[in-house]
Amino acid sequence: MARAVTTQHKTIATAAAWVVALLIFFPILYTIITSFKSEQEAIQGFNLIPSGTFESYSEVQQQSGYFKFFFNSVLLSVGSTILALIVAIPAAWSMAFSPTKRTKDILMWMLSTKMMPAVAVLFPIYLIFRDSGLLDSRIGLTVMLMLINLPIVVWMLYTYFREIPGEILEAARMDGASLWNEIIYVLTPMAVPGIASTMLLNIILAWNEAFWTIRLTTTNAAPLTAFISSFSSPQGLFWAKLSAASTLAIAPILIMGWFSQKQLVRGLTFGAVK
Amino acid sequence: MKLRTLTLGLLSASALAFAAHAESITIATVNNGDMVRMQKLTDDFTKANPDIQLNWVTLEENVLRERVTTDIATKGGQYDVMTIGTYEVPIWAKQSWLLPLDKLGDDYDVKDIIPAIAGGLSVDGKLYAAPFYGESSFVMYRKDLMEKAGLKMPDAPTWEFIKQAADKMTDRANGVNGVCLRGKAGWGENMAFLTAMSNSFGARWFDENWKPQFDQPEWKNTLQFYVDLMKADGPEGASSNGFNENLALFQQGKCGMWIDATVAASFVSDPKASQVADKVGYALAPDNGLGKRGNWLWAWSLAIPAGTQKADAAEKFVSWATSKHYAELVASKEGWANVPPGTRSSLYANPEYQKAAPFAKMTLDSINAADPTHPTVKPVPYVGVQFVAIPEFQGLGTTVGQLFSAALAGQSSVDDALKQAQDAATAAMTEGGYIK
Repeated sequence: MARAVTTQHKTIATAAAWVVALLIFFPILYTIITSFKSEQEAIQGFNLIPSGTFESYSEVQQQSGYFKFFFNSVLLSVGSTILALIVAIPAAWSMAFSPTKRTKDILMWMLSTKMMPAVAVLFPIYLIFRDSGLLDSRIGLTVMLMLINLPIVVWMLYTYFREIPGEILEAARMDGASLWNEIIYVLTPMAVPGIASTMLLNIILAWNEAFWTIRLTTTNAAPLTAFISSFSSPQGLFWAKLSAASTLAIAPILIMGWFSQKQLVRGLTFGAVK
Repeated sequence: MKLRTLTLGLLSASALAFAAHAESITIATVNNGDMVRMQKLTDDFTKANPDIQLNWVTLEENVLRERVTTDIATKGGQYDVMTIGTYEVPIWAKQSWLLPLDKLGDDYDVKDIIPAIAGGLSVDGKLYAAPFYGESSFVMYRKDLMEKAGLKMPDAPTWEFIKQAADKMTDRANGVNGVCLRGKAGWGENMAFLTAMSNSFGARWFDENWKPQFDQPEWKNTLQFYVDLMKADGPEGASSNGFNENLALFQQGKCGMWIDATVAASFVSDPKASQVADKVGYALAPDNGLGKRGNWLWAWSLAIPAGTQKADAAEKFVSWATSKHYAELVASKEGWANVPPGTRSSLYANPEYQKAAPFAKMTLDSINAADPTHPTVKPVPYVGVQFVAIPEFQGLGTTVGQLFSAALAGQSSVDDALKQAQDAATAAMTEGGYIK
C-alpha cells in the first residue's frame, strides 16, 4: 500500500515538474516555432504548426552578419567571467574562511548594487566610458559585465566555500602542507565543481545581458543582443525574422546549458540543504 | 626579383596609405523596409566615395531614440549620421545639437523637397535634417465592401461618413470590422492618431499659455467619438493594436477601413503579402468641416550630430541617400513602387512613379494637407501635427496614451480618462516651468 502511494506521488510530482518545465520553456519553444513561419503566419495568431520555411533565416543572414556578433558575445561572456573569477575567488575565500564581524554587511552591500535599476546609472557610466574612450570597446564592456555580475559570483562562491569543512584545511596544515599546497592540492579539487557551475551561470548571465551591451556599443563590440534588437520594425511585419534572429542568438548558450545542466543545477542549489 | 619586391613594396605602401586615409562613418537607423534597402544599395555610394566606409547600427525604434538622445546630449560622438523624426529635429536643432545641412551639393535641389516636410525639418529657415522618407496618414478602404454597403467613398470624407460606412461594413459573423484604428498606448502609437484626429475636432493639447486643454468639450467629442466608433465597429482587443497589428488585420481582409500612415499603402497593395491588394481605395483623412483634417506628418530623416568629427563625409552620405539619384537607383534595381515616398515633389511628377504607385496622388495631397506650424483650428504655442515638439511630450504623450487606451478597453470612462489626462498634463507642464 505504502509503495503504491509513493509511486502515485512520484507520478504526480513528475507530471507537475513536466508541466512547470514546459510552461517555463514554452516562450522559447514558440520563438523557435515562429522562426519557421512566414511573416503572415507569424502574426495570424496562435498556431503551433509552422509551414517550415527557412525564409526568415536566410533574410536574417543576408541583412546582418551573425558571426561578428557571435564572436563578440563569446569574447565578452567568457572574458568577463574569467575576470570576475579572478576577483571573486580571493574575495569569497577570505570571507568564507576568515570571516569578520562585518562580512555579512559587506556581502549584503555588494548585493544591494543589483537592486538598483541599471538605467539609474546610465548617464554617469556613459560619461565615464566616453571620457576614457571605452565606448564601443570590447575591453570596456568586458569590465562592465564583470562588474555587474560580480556580486552574484562572489555570493555563489562564498556559499560554496562555506560548505567545505575548515577541518580538512586544518588537517592539511597539520600534515605540513604549505599555503600553496593547501590551495592547489586540497581546496581547489574540492572547489572545482562550485567554480565551474558559477562560471557557467555567469557566462549565461553575461550572454543574455541586454541593457549595457546595447547602450555602450555601436558596431565593433556589439554582441548578439544588439543583433536581435536590430530586427524589430515599427512599420512592417517582423515577428518571424525577430524569432529567427533570437533562435540563432540563444542556440549556442542553449546547447551549452544542455550539456552542462548537471553542474548548473548543482551550482544553483548548493547551500540550499545544510 | 628586385623589381617584383619593389613593386610589391610600393603596392603595400599605397594600400596602407589608402587604409589610413579611408574614413569610416557610423549611421544609426531603424529597421524599416526602406532603410534595409538603403543598406543593400550602399555599394553605389562607396564606389563613388572609396575613401568613406559605412558602418550601420540598426536598432529598435525606442532603443534607437534613447541611444541617439544619450549620445547627442553627452556629445558621445558615437554616431556620424542619425535617423531621427520630425519630433526630434526642431528640439535638437534649437539646442545646437545638430549641424545645419548647407553643403548638400549643387545638384541636390533643396527646393524639390516637399514644402510641408522641409518646414518640419527646418529651424529659422535652415534645414537640419534631410528627409529619407515622408508620410502622412489617410483612409485605406475596401472598394468591394464599400460597394456592397451601397456607399461611395468621397475623396475627402467627413467623420460622420466614416461612422456611417463603418456601421454598414461591419459584419462580425464573417470577421469583418468596419474600421481598424490604433489603440496601443504610446506617444507615437495611439496618440499620433488621436492627436491628429483631435485637430480635426477643433481640439488642442495646450492653449497659447501652455494650459492643458483636456477639460474642453473638443477633446471630449474626439475621445467619445473614437471610443464609440471602435466599440461598434472596431476589432476585438483594439486597445493593443498598433500599426503592425492593424496592417496584418487589413491584409487578411478583416478591416473595411483603416486610417493610418500613407506608407502602409505599399504594404496593403502588395499582392505577395496582402489578400486584398487589388481591392484597396484611398481617401484623405476625415474632417469635421472645421478647416483641419485628421492626418499627420512625419519624416524619417538623416541628421548629423554636432559632436561628429567627420561632418564632411557624413554630409556626403546624407546627400547621396536623400538625392534624386538615389530614387533613380532604387527604381532601376527594385522598381519605382519601392522608391522612398513623401520627400520630393519631382517624384510625384514622374509618370512612371504615378503608374507604379496608384496611391501617389493621395499621399502627396495628404502630406500637403498637414501644416506642422499651424496644426490646429485654434492657435497653439507649439509645432507638430500629431505631437507637441517639446522634450516633455514623449513621457506625457505616453501617459495620456495609456489613459486613452484604458478608456478604449473599457477599464475607465471617457470622462475619467480626460480628467486624469488633464491632471497629468497640468503636473508635467508645472514641473517643466511652462505654467505656474
